[in-house]
Amino acid sequence: MDLLNALMVLMNFVVMPATAYGAQLALGALGVTLVYGILRFSNFAHGDSMAFGTMVTILFTWALQGIGVSLGPVPTALLALPLGIAGAALMLLGTDRAVYRFYRRQKANPIILVIVSMGVMFIYNGIVRLIVGPDDRRFDDGERFIFTVRDFEAWTGLEEGFGLRTSQAITILTAIVVVAALFWFLNRTRTGKSMRAFSDNEDLALLSGINPERVVAVTWIIVAALATVAGVLYGLDKSFKPFTYFQLLLPIFAAAIVGGLGSPLGAIAGGFVIAFSEVTITYAWKRVLEYALPEAVAPDGLVQLLSTDYKFAVSFMILVIVLLFRPTGLFRGKSV
Amino acid sequence: MSHTLRTTLLFAGTAGLIVLTGLLQSWNSALVILNMGLVSAVMALGVNLQWGFAGLFNVGVMGFVALGGLAAVLVSVEPVGEAWSAGGLRLLAGLVLGAASVVAAVLAWQRMVPGRLRALAVVAILLLGFVIYRAVFDPAVEAVEAVNSSTSGFLGGLGLPILLSWPVGGLLAAGAAWVIGKTALGLRSDYLAIATLGIAEIVVAALKNEDWLARGVKNVIGLPRPVPYEVDLQQSDIFISRAEGFGLDPVTASGLWVKVNYGILFAVVLVIVFVLAQLALNSPWGRMMRAIRDNETAARAMGKDVTRRHLQIFVLGSAVCGLAGAMMTTLDGQLTPASYQPLRFTFLVWVMVIVGGSGSNLGAVLGGFLIWFLWVQVEPMGQLLMSAIAAPLADGSALKAHLLASSAHIRLLTMGLVLLLVLRFSPRGLIPER
Repeated sequence: MDLLNALMVLMNFVVMPATAYGAQLALGALGVTLVYGILRFSNFAHGDSMAFGTMVTILFTWALQGIGVSLGPVPTALLALPLGIAGAALMLLGTDRAVYRFYRRQKANPIILVIVSMGVMFIYNGIVRLIVGPDDRRFDDGERFIFTVRDFEAWTGLEEGFGLRTSQAITILTAIVVVAALFWFLNRTRTGKSMRAFSDNEDLALLSGINPERVVAVTWIIVAALATVAGVLYGLDKSFKPFTYFQLLLPIFAAAIVGGLGSPLGAIAGGFVIAFSEVTITYAWKRVLEYALPEAVAPDGLVQLLSTDYKFAVSFMILVIVLLFRPTGLFRGKSV
Repeated sequence: MSHTLRTTLLFAGTAGLIVLTGLLQSWNSALVILNMGLVSAVMALGVNLQWGFAGLFNVGVMGFVALGGLAAVLVSVEPVGEAWSAGGLRLLAGLVLGAASVVAAVLAWQRMVPGRLRALAVVAILLLGFVIYRAVFDPAVEAVEAVNSSTSGFLGGLGLPILLSWPVGGLLAAGAAWVIGKTALGLRSDYLAIATLGIAEIVVAALKNEDWLARGVKNVIGLPRPVPYEVDLQQSDIFISRAEGFGLDPVTASGLWVKVNYGILFAVVLVIVFVLAQLALNSPWGRMMRAIRDNETAARAMGKDVTRRHLQIFVLGSAVCGLAGAMMTTLDGQLTPASYQPLRFTFLVWVMVIVGGSGSNLGAVLGGFLIWFLWVQVEPMGQLLMSAIAAPLADGSALKAHLLASSAHIRLLTMGLVLLLVLRFSPRGLIPER
């Protein structure tokens, strides 16, 4: 019975939060990996693209809340999400037109595009802060929990239980739907196939009559959708703050590289690897161990390997280990 | 326009902007801009060394700057005897044990026969090392942080003159750069970027959380100065009479004089770093670096050890950033870890290098002054712009308040725009490499 209790604590504090966070990272990393695969540069503006899409969604959410629209137990933000995606897509397409296209035509060195994306990052960051300010914004509404720890304890009679937060359930469901749709699109549709062809071999794709500008435009729209969904889910789960989104860049890149840059499957795997290691390493295991171990050897301290402030160190360590031992990532991305 | 004339005009223009600040706003703000401009120019020289000479993409400037700041504290603050007797040696022993287990793991990896046994041995060494390290280290940290935690609670420094911290800051940064370079150099260029981005976040996280080291977010204030204090100047008769000779009251004059002193110190450093960088650029070593940057494969075919040379210049450039970081903390007189923001300390320095002209040392110096000037002055300009936009709106409307409050963020927007415009229309910068 004690083992069961330990398992419940583990579910509540490690498995559920890490799964939700992993799904958010995976969606973010998918965006980074797609840009890398098709446009062939590391997009430093991705964190701020997420912030921008989320900001548009928040504004529409507030407007909807203002006129009294609500989805009942489900956050209103989901209703505003398509509008947020549209806003982000317009922004990214506009940026591509005004900024990236010039360098693409020049066939500029990828590192120049990285620096250009740094400039774009500054601009997005400035716009987001100008519009909603640098502070924390909450925009979740509806029910906070699908079932709480107490409900669960009442059903099962266990000492410990786990609660399921609405934001976690929505995150996991949405991520599954989005990833399934993305893979269906990439593998089954003509446009998706042309994107993969373009990513594999640009010259060959051009020879077979694929329109590169169309591929790039579709890519930006998908990236905008992924970034906005990831950003809104993260914002619902935690909270929205422009600087946090900028900082997400590190775990997201770590996830994309760990999985193998350019490989969509790898990005998803990488997201979960990073999220689970971050949460397990920064979690204080005291309560789990108290249930799982006999009393004699129960620990005195918190049994926390690293304080939560060092969560970036965890993604960094994993990144370094992968770079040292398997530079192409778990799924053999295209980078060397 | 000849190259020399253009350079002279650009520098004269930037100097003019700073003098204009003095005339229109106050000489005090002009000197503040000048001093931080000098520090920024040193930082830009460091990044230019890495990016301009060798094409290495380092986005962890903030981390190296922060390490320099840490050096200022570690060198100049008086040691806290009580904290040392409470657990200082034990704390050091913990750190040494931690480092030793990492070294042991690396040695095991290099010496043992590849296979499952080796992997197991390395993991075992690391796990065991971690447990021992925590067992020795944690109680010591607790003991040290418990000593007068409201005013001290850290080990303090060595109590040496703060000027000594400048080279030490460079050394600290160089050490960190060596570790990073060993892992990430030789892989594709974006990986170095991500790795440096990560190390910078970790350095700042460590500064914020390791209270025993430099009091974390409680900040270390009142660092000793290499220049006289205003209060002392205001009481010295010679100074008062001289100030009156210039027609200044002693309070203003003392503030100005202190800043001028800092300016002279910084200018000396800038000149030394600049001359060294310039000599390096024109030496055979500099030519080799540029050859590697322009065509790595060809340089490798000529027998150059590209990875080693990259490591060398990466360490050098980071050391310059660390030096600048120590200078900055000396100027501030305090270490405030929460003030290290990547947009300000990493990406702004990049804007300086790109706008000035990558690969050109003069360009980096110019970029340092010019972009710093803009960074400071865009905010009041944004304020003006925003009040102009918001003027027709009714007083007290939420939109007006919001517009006025957000003028500070115009800065980021402007910097991004400047960077993109220069990259697009003058990709080689204001003073191009020759």
